[in-house]
Amino acid sequence: MNKTVNQKAWFLVLPVIVLVAFNAIIPLMTVVNYSLQETFGDNTFFWSGVRWYEEILHSDRFWASLGRQLFFTFTILLIEVPLGVAIALTMPKKGPWVSVCLVLMSLPLLIPWNVVGAMWNIFALPDIGLLGYLLNAIGFDFNYTRQTGDAWFTLITMDVWHWTSLVVLLAYAGLVSIPDAYYQAALIDGASKWKIFRFIQLPKMKRVLTIAILLRFMDSFNIYTEPKVLTGGGPGNSTTLLSIDLDKIALGQFDLGPAGAMSLIYFLIILLTSWIFYTLMMRNEEQ
Amino acid sequence: MAKITLRDLRHSYMENPAAPADYALKKLDVEWRDGGAYALLGPSGCGKTTLLNIISGLLIPSHGQVLFGERDVTKLPTEERNIAQVFQFPVVYDTMSVYDNLAFPLRNRGVPEAQVDKRVRTIAEMTDLTGMLKQRASGLTADGKQKISLGRGLVREDVNVIMFDEPLTVIDPHLKWLLRSKLKELHQRLGTTMIYVTHDQTEALTFADQVVVMKDGEVVQIGTPVELFERPHHTFVGHFIGSPGMNILPCAVKDGEVAVGQSRIEVDNAAALKGLSGTYELGVRPEFTRFANAGLPVSIAKVTETGRSRIVDTRFDGRSIKLLLEEGEQVPSESAFLAFDKKHSQVYGDGWLVE
Amino acid sequence: MRISKWLVPSLYILFLMLPIYWLVSMSFKTTNEILRGFSLFPQEFTLENYAKIFSDPTWYWGYINSLAYVSMNTVLSVAVALPAAYAFSRYRFLGDKHLFFWLLTNRMAPAAVFALPFLQLYSSIGLFDTYIAVALAHTLFNVPLAVWILEGFMSGVPKELDETAYVDGHSFPSFFFKIFLPTIAAGIGVAIFFCFMFSWVELLLAKTLTSVEAKPIAAVMTRTASTSGYELGLLAAAGTLTIIPGAIVIWFVRNYIAKGFALGRV
Repeated sequence: MNKTVNQKAWFLVLPVIVLVAFNAIIPLMTVVNYSLQETFGDNTFFWSGVRWYEEILHSDRFWASLGRQLFFTFTILLIEVPLGVAIALTMPKKGPWVSVCLVLMSLPLLIPWNVVGAMWNIFALPDIGLLGYLLNAIGFDFNYTRQTGDAWFTLITMDVWHWTSLVVLLAYAGLVSIPDAYYQAALIDGASKWKIFRFIQLPKMKRVLTIAILLRFMDSFNIYTEPKVLTGGGPGNSTTLLSIDLDKIALGQFDLGPAGAMSLIYFLIILLTSWIFYTLMMRNEEQ
Repeated sequence: MAKITLRDLRHSYMENPAAPADYALKKLDVEWRDGGAYALLGPSGCGKTTLLNIISGLLIPSHGQVLFGERDVTKLPTEERNIAQVFQFPVVYDTMSVYDNLAFPLRNRGVPEAQVDKRVRTIAEMTDLTGMLKQRASGLTADGKQKISLGRGLVREDVNVIMFDEPLTVIDPHLKWLLRSKLKELHQRLGTTMIYVTHDQTEALTFADQVVVMKDGEVVQIGTPVELFERPHHTFVGHFIGSPGMNILPCAVKDGEVAVGQSRIEVDNAAALKGLSGTYELGVRPEFTRFANAGLPVSIAKVTETGRSRIVDTRFDGRSIKLLLEEGEQVPSESAFLAFDKKHSQVYGDGWLVE
Repeated sequence: MRISKWLVPSLYILFLMLPIYWLVSMSFKTTNEILRGFSLFPQEFTLENYAKIFSDPTWYWGYINSLAYVSMNTVLSVAVALPAAYAFSRYRFLGDKHLFFWLLTNRMAPAAVFALPFLQLYSSIGLFDTYIAVALAHTLFNVPLAVWILEGFMSGVPKELDETAYVDGHSFPSFFFKIFLPTIAAGIGVAIFFCFMFSWVELLLAKTLTSVEAKPIAAVMTRTASTSGYELGLLAAAGTLTIIPGAIVIWFVRNYIAKGFALGRV
């Protein structure tokens, strides 16, 4: 699009900046502050510079958690994004079933996250939960509280169940916004279904998909409540993702310094990855 | 390429249409000969888009037939009709280059690459796109993109008809003229049947050999631009075409004699009025109205400059009658008389020309 | 419609409904029955969980409170995001790309990081335990989301539409509300729903910034985990009830989402 240069556009953006900055800047300063200091829990602080950063970056525990987190995030992205798009493509666009589909699909998104964790906790238990019971009945030796593989399976299935609909909704809205004329032109040009997907649908969904991918990336990196309630990070620490680890350190051990530093490191990882991804996706848009 | 026939065509978007008002398209019988340039002209909501979609196959009419040559294509899907369409907003494949855009329809049909290349270059040269073939289609301006749309329609040699759905809507005004001329030039060069849908009379009249004027789902008149101008079949046509439109005045017909107020008017369709009496309407274009020493008494209301000439707005009995003044002609100071060119004065009953 | 096309959404919905069925059936069981063993249907069907919720003011006030601040937040976020998204979509200005990305960065930090500082911030301006505090706090992540979604959809509308409307004589408000917004209806529907949803399920900040007056339902629910052990039946009932407001919201915006953009006549 040919955008016109107009500095007065700042006024349109001002309310947004005020609201968000108000909420963001002060807490950010606080976190940075903590991360650079040391405390002995009695509310006295000593400047410790980058000590915490060094410690964390050298700790095996941090890297192990990061590894688990990366595995989790990339797995769910690989499942949720294609699945979400596929479902959006096959959903009805017109007619009475549209409303039914939309409502039913959005139900998992609306459940408070502690309830999500709790219900899957029971749902997957081998003796009292529907899923656990069925899996064991078929012949799998399924017990997610004891076996790491089962715990990961449950965790990932829970996340896919919970969040795929977000991708579906975004992709669906994006698809539905494609003007009919494009499909008509494709018909006239004799394009196959695959070509329509590749040359019309996918390009027109690019922005919307970028949002979906970035959102899932960020939220899964920060995920806390659901896995906490589901497995507590276990068995052992096999499903201890970054936020859970951070929680253990900050609240469990009251180490505000390391906690602050860790928060910033995670934030920077997300920031950098998102920025790279965003730039790659958007590089063709601006002229 | 083929003759296009619309036979007894009617369409309603409703399930069980009852009244005429339920029909988006009322009874239509039209024949378009092969290779002509046609326009579908009418205001918004007159049904021209419905008609266009029926011809292109995006809509199946609830009644009637569409024939390409002798073949009944009424229910045939779009991709089998060999038509092309240029839409109101430019439709291009953003991720492809201009070259690939033009090649797309051919490649989809399995045309060998060598032939594709030849054809694409020919069309690119015709539409002035040769220099931009390597560029990404998304980077072009609106008129460039419409040219790509046009090119995609022309690139297939077996196209029966190309349809244009208000294609100049988003084009810059000073480029509209260029694109219009280009369309006309292409038509003369290629001889493909072209149907141009618009609500802009200038576009319709300059492009088409024959214009189909529509209103409220009905065809009001089919004729050449000259015919439409000189002998409108309906007051709507008289009003819609021409700038300013035709003057319409209530007149009294008594036994074949036409009078407006106290003045007797000679009209072209007097023969058809013999024996008729009642209230009718007189239609005369401003171009065929002039000041005279005797005739209809009017008062001068306003004079407007239009560059070429002047439009004088006069009043008779509260009604506005407009006329055009050439350069050098004087405007009478206060009141004057109007005379009408007999050959271009017609009487209308219920909107329709009395014949 | 071909069978294969129906199969995919149907299977997906089935997959989604199983745990939800589980949740609903748990809500009609006593906690004892849930923990005792597996049962597909409630064997001792009971309404006591729901009775508890509807009779205890703390519970239903929890819902009302949540609804209050979530609605405020949704309206505020989308209202503020619309002009900003329009600006990003149509204009170039100093720092626009960086500003756009910065907005999203506010969603990148876990809420836990903001909990304590928010408490201090909102207390200091006397807004502790109010609806407005939570509504404002949630704009931190909802406003960027709304701006991003709306901008994405606005960019799909060619600028030529704006220009054609002006040529036809529309003023900016007339163009914006009568022509532009309807064409991005799907984006608005999605933005509204997502703002509602993310604010509705956000627990930590809502809990931190409130105590009695504006206590959200999510906070009330965590009580079930402390006082008398883990009251699963009650939690399930509360969870089931939580789904309803959001389902209503999506029902209302369903026509926006499904409307799409038929290249209409201008």
